Amino acid sequence: MDIKDIIKPENKVYGKTPLLTDAVMHYCPGCTHGVVHKIIAEVIEEMGIQDKTIGISPVGCAVLAYNYLDIDWEQAAHGRAPALATATKRLNPDKYVFTYQGDGDLASIGAGEVMHACNRGENIVIIFINNAIYGMTGGQMAPTTLLGQVTATTPYGRNAELNGYPLKITELLAQLDGTCYVTRQSAQTPAAVRKTKKAIRKAFENSMMNKGTSFVEVVGTCNSGWKLSPVKANKWMEENMFPFYPLGDMKDR
Amino acid sequence: MAVKGAITVDTEKCKGCSVCIANCPTQTIALSLEVNGKGYNYAYMANPDNCTGCTNCATVCPDAVITVYRVKI
Amino acid sequence: MAEKILMKGNEAVAHGAIRCGADGYFGYPITPQSEVMETLMEEKPWETTGMVVLQAESETASINMVYGGACTGKKVMTSSSSLGISLMAEGLSYLAGAELPCVVVNVMRGGPGLGTIQPGQADYFQAVKGGGHGDYKMIVLAPASAQDMYDFVDTAFELAFKYRTPAMILSDGVIGQMMEKVELRPIKPRRTNEQIIEQCGEWALTGKTADRKRNLITSLALDPNVMSAHNIELQKKYKTIMENEQQYTTYKTEDAEYLIVAYGSMSRIAESVVDTARENGIKLGVLRPITLFPYPEKALESLIPQLKKILVVEMSAGQMVEDVKLVVNGRVPVEFYGKCGGLIPSPDDVYEAFEKILK
Repeated sequence: MDIKDIIKPENKVYGKTPLLTDAVMHYCPGCTHGVVHKIIAEVIEEMGIQDKTIGISPVGCAVLAYNYLDIDWEQAAHGRAPALATATKRLNPDKYVFTYQGDGDLASIGAGEVMHACNRGENIVIIFINNAIYGMTGGQMAPTTLLGQVTATTPYGRNAELNGYPLKITELLAQLDGTCYVTRQSAQTPAAVRKTKKAIRKAFENSMMNKGTSFVEVVGTCNSGWKLSPVKANKWMEENMFPFYPLGDMKDR
Repeated sequence: MAVKGAITVDTEKCKGCSVCIANCPTQTIALSLEVNGKGYNYAYMANPDNCTGCTNCATVCPDAVITVYRVKI
Repeated sequence: MAEKILMKGNEAVAHGAIRCGADGYFGYPITPQSEVMETLMEEKPWETTGMVVLQAESETASINMVYGGACTGKKVMTSSSSLGISLMAEGLSYLAGAELPCVVVNVMRGGPGLGTIQPGQADYFQAVKGGGHGDYKMIVLAPASAQDMYDFVDTAFELAFKYRTPAMILSDGVIGQMMEKVELRPIKPRRTNEQIIEQCGEWALTGKTADRKRNLITSLALDPNVMSAHNIELQKKYKTIMENEQQYTTYKTEDAEYLIVAYGSMSRIAESVVDTARENGIKLGVLRPITLFPYPEKALESLIPQLKKILVVEMSAGQMVEDVKLVVNGRVPVEFYGKCGGLIPSPDDVYEAFEKILK
């Protein structure tokens, strides 16, 4: 069979969702952000909630997330997205409100805001991309940087005595009465992408059920920051990140 | 029943990250020797006969540049 | 006869907010303004008007909740005092940069640092000259009574939405804590979602429908040409505000040869000093700026030809006096009297200071 005969609209089984804009993503080749943006866009499309969704972008690489998903967006100050989301949702309970935050934004400068939004049980979705490094500013140590991991500000590797320990903030948030769904996923294989999509869809559905905060961590790569090729970065993540940040649901009620 | 697939790549948007290649179970995809406008060697169907249209490549593509087609034969 | 109720200035803010149709209040307790949120919580407006009231975990969170609410075109506000406002500086700059309407009440106490819980007016520079980073301005209203505290919530929202910019009510601990009779104005219902789309649909996040492009609230522009153009637009807006929104009151200035310029609680002290001076045959008047930005330059300008001297009175080491001097530009001597750190000048103190400048 000739390829021309296969590549026909009626034979299409998968393609870019129209919820993604045509803008070329500014992310580095192989960056996890792109995959997760796509997953969120597909969830919004499949749920048919484009007109009911408000996204909140962070400071960091994903600050420009608003260029890629065709929904209404607000751009938060560094770490403050859960505070914005709190008011956006409370004042607009008919809307699906989600924040999209990296590890520096969520677990460092915004640790207070995320803790209290989760503890109040705000009916929002928090999507947390943990790649254990500050990407935008050039690869500095993040709160989630692993012990021994080399970054621009831990050139000899993260040392607990000097830099403290990597922060398992997702485990902390799972302890709070306000969270209803806390899970850690990844997006480097088709199976992982499908699981993450299921988790994000569940989180969006939860946000209309008055159950509390849904929190989805996606362990990802920063191949530029890690100074690895995208494929090697995925392997490094599986070998080094997953043992410390094990995947799976921590809470689902 | 046998299936046969094919993919198209938005070559100008592809960044040649190769994550699709690593996730293709049939070694269908490779990076082109040519580069696109941004200087990236982009993904293409190097072995079209192998493709089953499984969508793995497009599922993991961070830039959503792959469209997948499939027919039953 | 309209209903009049005895209440604190801070309580008046709460009642003013509910009755002017505010959609949300987000705040954090701090003396001397905690009665604002306490009153709101006691009134439970979520059961009547549907107004949301939430105690946040910090002033930082409060102002960012205001940001999140303002993004959706809602009438949202917060209140705090001095050091709490310092924590909000980042958010205020974002709100101004993203051109979002909101109301922020600052019931000033003496500083710097943790300072004192007694009244002050030392946040004038912070309120009028920026406070946060970048070239921005807020509309700043200075109440001088509990009635003003009530009325200015509505006024501030009107101005904030008219110009899509944050508006601050710059009060002080005297006005916040003082009990006075307040006339409750007719209730304005909260806007419906349809009315919000009609009023703010061009920019507010009301959900991207098929018939419009997505709306985006951001203060980021990586291209300096875009950022520069945005700054030029902001400055144009501030100029329009300067031209159209100057508000003030005068007291016995028709024949005044001497003038006290004072705002907020100090303007009331100044008025009693005028009465004493006039008993002694001295033609003294008061100019009380209501808007601190825009500064009532036109009113001050028009008085200059008749004046021999100006005394500026503040509960600070001298802040607004700089704006008076900018307008006067050396044409009339401008003197200053102030107390700071939580001490309140008495009418006798001010009269004594005024007598000194007469010599």
